[in-house]
Amino acid sequence: MKVAILQFPGSNCDWDAEHAVQDILGIPAARVWHKSPLPSGTEAVIVPGGFSFGDYLRCGAIARFSPIMDDLKSFADQGGQVLGICNGFQILCESGLLPGALIRNDCIEFRCINQRVKVESSNDRFNPEKCGEQLSLPIAHGEGNYRLKEDALEKLESNGQVLLRYIGNPNGSINDIAGIRNEVGNVYGMMPHPERAVEPYHPSRDGLPILKAFLEPILTRSSVEISAS
Amino acid sequence: MTQNTATPLPPNPDPCLNVEITPELVAQHGLLAEEYEQVLEIMGRVPNLTELGIFSVMWSEHCAYKNTRKLLRLFPTEKKDKDAIGQVLVKAGEENAGVIDVGEGWGVAFKIESHNHPSAIEPFEGAATGVGGIVRDIFTMGARPVLLTNSLRFGSLESAHVKRLFRGVVSGISNYGNCLGIPNMGGDVYFDDCYEGNPLVNALCAGILKHEDIHRGAATGVGNPVFYVGPGTGRDGLGGASFASRELTEESAADRPAVQKGDPFMEKLLLEACLEMMAIPGLVVGIQDMGAAGLTCSTCETASRGGLGIEIDLDLVPQRETGMNSYEIMLSESQERMLVIVKKGREHEIREVFEKWDLHAAHIGEVKEGDRMVVRHKGVVVADLPAKSLTDEAPIYDQPASEPIHIQAARDWSIKSVPELAVESVESSLKKLLAHPTIASKRWVWQQYDHMVMSGCTVEPGSDAGVVHLSIAGIDKRLAISNDCNNRFCYLDPYKGAQIAFAECMRNLACSGARALAVTDNLNFANPNKPEAYHMLKECVKGLADSCSFFDVPVVGGNVSLYNEHGEGAIDPTPVISMVGLIEKAEQVTRSFIPDAGQSIVLIGGLPHELGGSYFLQTEYGKKEGTCPNVDLGEEKKVQDFLITSIDSGNIKAAHDISEGGLLVAIAEMLFENPELGAELALDSLGDSNRLDALLFGESQGRVLIAVEKDQVNAVLDSAQKSGLAAVSLGGTSDSGRLKLSIAGNEILDSEVNKLHKVWSESIPDKMNLS
Repeated sequence: MKVAILQFPGSNCDWDAEHAVQDILGIPAARVWHKSPLPSGTEAVIVPGGFSFGDYLRCGAIARFSPIMDDLKSFADQGGQVLGICNGFQILCESGLLPGALIRNDCIEFRCINQRVKVESSNDRFNPEKCGEQLSLPIAHGEGNYRLKEDALEKLESNGQVLLRYIGNPNGSINDIAGIRNEVGNVYGMMPHPERAVEPYHPSRDGLPILKAFLEPILTRSSVEISAS
Repeated sequence: MTQNTATPLPPNPDPCLNVEITPELVAQHGLLAEEYEQVLEIMGRVPNLTELGIFSVMWSEHCAYKNTRKLLRLFPTEKKDKDAIGQVLVKAGEENAGVIDVGEGWGVAFKIESHNHPSAIEPFEGAATGVGGIVRDIFTMGARPVLLTNSLRFGSLESAHVKRLFRGVVSGISNYGNCLGIPNMGGDVYFDDCYEGNPLVNALCAGILKHEDIHRGAATGVGNPVFYVGPGTGRDGLGGASFASRELTEESAADRPAVQKGDPFMEKLLLEACLEMMAIPGLVVGIQDMGAAGLTCSTCETASRGGLGIEIDLDLVPQRETGMNSYEIMLSESQERMLVIVKKGREHEIREVFEKWDLHAAHIGEVKEGDRMVVRHKGVVVADLPAKSLTDEAPIYDQPASEPIHIQAARDWSIKSVPELAVESVESSLKKLLAHPTIASKRWVWQQYDHMVMSGCTVEPGSDAGVVHLSIAGIDKRLAISNDCNNRFCYLDPYKGAQIAFAECMRNLACSGARALAVTDNLNFANPNKPEAYHMLKECVKGLADSCSFFDVPVVGGNVSLYNEHGEGAIDPTPVISMVGLIEKAEQVTRSFIPDAGQSIVLIGGLPHELGGSYFLQTEYGKKEGTCPNVDLGEEKKVQDFLITSIDSGNIKAAHDISEGGLLVAIAEMLFENPELGAELALDSLGDSNRLDALLFGESQGRVLIAVEKDQVNAVLDSAQKSGLAAVSLGGTSDSGRLKLSIAGNEILDSEVNKLHKVWSESIPDKMNLS
């Protein structure tokens, strides 16, 4: 197992993420229960979408106290790749692994649509093949309105930490922000669901470049291993 | 002979045992005097209050179908063709949901259920718990739920009260279903004055399972422990089943404690824990959700199915309120609870699973010899009844029926009573139809539902049928789902109206490339004790049953909701039909939207010519009148067979059935995904009716529009002709952005598609923003 997909009570995109990584990209992945330790040998972690602990408080506010979060923090501190999608993004913000917070959509309603987004930044650790292009990715959330204090926002922008920006803001996010990374560049969070845009029958397959960019270190290593053997 | 029923129960601290059972109390429990006589006979003594409550809920229409059981026997419950796909594995009425075979060792469990009365009182919670209830029915079978839909009916959207109900119901469904992570593929929504004050909220769930994983709700194996799983019991939803079997009145608002409160997170945990538990070989003997009539229904139904007795101790039932008496505990409809019977000696295995999910599994009783359901509380027996009498001996009624006078008037109606439509009015008539909330885009609804979770969404809501890929089961198959029921036709001619609902539902599946497997129906009707209402119920059931037999599509379960009345008015008969269809190959998936310019549009089934019952009569003249369009099931079958064959051969780029609003609305809808598209269409004549309104806006049945590549038109027309079908090429799509139609060389319409799209797409959001 290379990619750990965390499973909290109320996670509901855990299977979707596993399917995209394992069945579509061919990288071994497994779901890891929130009370279990992070398996040794984990090369990347996905914190999937859903309604962890029902999201009855602020989204992700309870999940950050789950036993596995300590392991996740050490993993991230050591430079491990972490991607939070939707509720996973909310959990990463609540736990301080990513800056900012996600509040109720400005339309006050849940939104599930195919959303145009633009890939904003790339660096050597996240370099989707479609950088600068418009992508179509599903969104499905009631609380995706990204907020950050002004000075921190300036820093986020000037560091090039904004990964994805909405074209036609669906939720009121500041600066149309749909996805970000941390300063170091190993922790990513986004409201759109790349794992729901990978199959030929999906409305788009634009999730593939996003997931591939995130899993690039593993993909590269795998191909090295394959060619070496 | 089992235990002696004549022995009086000893005095005890439970107040329910000391209440004198008066005729008034019996009446308050919704039991008729003769029904109470039957209770006395079965019991051999006077029941106590708890026992009376148990009879009251078990013999309510909601649980016992006492006014409809005879009629429901008309439905075929198996396929006649034993070689066809879609054989019935679990029949209607046997279990919590029926199951049909979809091949390769897999089955689909699905069912629809109503939550009309709770939603009328408390729209958010009523609709939410409706979703919760139907999802439990599906995973109880051992199936992983893979899709949800809803069939909703409201009064006019001009009313502030209706907007509140609509908003509340949609957000209740959204809130509950999204949290569960089951894709909601939308469904149908109609708006009609008859639902003012009595909205309909029907929820459907379908799940997938291996044949060998089908679980039953039977208490078997004497000595096997009975577990209660899920959160504690409270006083919410007290007597909900009997509440749902009464007419709504002004006082109903005071019934609010009878509306349950849902907790979707708890349901998600319960769903995962139950599926995990059921995957352990041989552990679960029987399982049943506590839905209507809660602990009462689940205990006596499992005992009755198992042909054994069951004994439970209420002191062991988790409770979240203090001082609850046995009546309250037995009748509570607190949500997200299940009854599970496991193999004796393996109690620790169920506990381990539930502990993982931070849930409780409380051992509350045992399966017993005999046939009695025995309930203890505070050390004494508070109820002791024969389980089978509660489930199988409920009274069955054949009510007097008489045809309402409006039905004859509808038959005698003549189109001549409607003034001819002027050519100059065509565009404004079309816009009025596109703006009618029944016809207008429902994106406002389904964009609030997570329809993409589980990665299976193949055709989004908004097309003729929603389609989900079953990748979660690891199989390359797709399920298509469609709900239908046009109440206007059912009101004007209940028999034909029901046939139309059936035919349209099946046609929607065919347009999507799917073969219909089976039906689940939700019979929403008024008070059956009124002969005119009962007549319409009976005729609708006959119409459905005959359609099922004709197409060899069995009914695998459903729900009956009667007493849908409010104040002076009753709802129109609304037998909602839902069908699950199967699409084997990716290439067969067909949508109702034309993708690009250069396609030809072909009308199959002949020019529409009937105006009776149409939405045009509503939007133009405010009338629900006229002769219901003709239904010819043989023709209908030809159309659908043709569609399926043509889709299989890869000739069809888009297909859309003509329904509410008629031909012109259907054409416009096909262009709406890409409003840059245009279409230049021409017809030689007005057709049989010789009337513009009947041709453009009439709702004649068995008509579909298909889009084919230009060079395929002649081949398609030929093949339709060989199938004995009328087919005519109307013209083709272009990138002009205009919808143009001429008849016999005269221009009838030249409209900007963008403007039509705006009317259609903004109608509901505009109305909702105006509150």
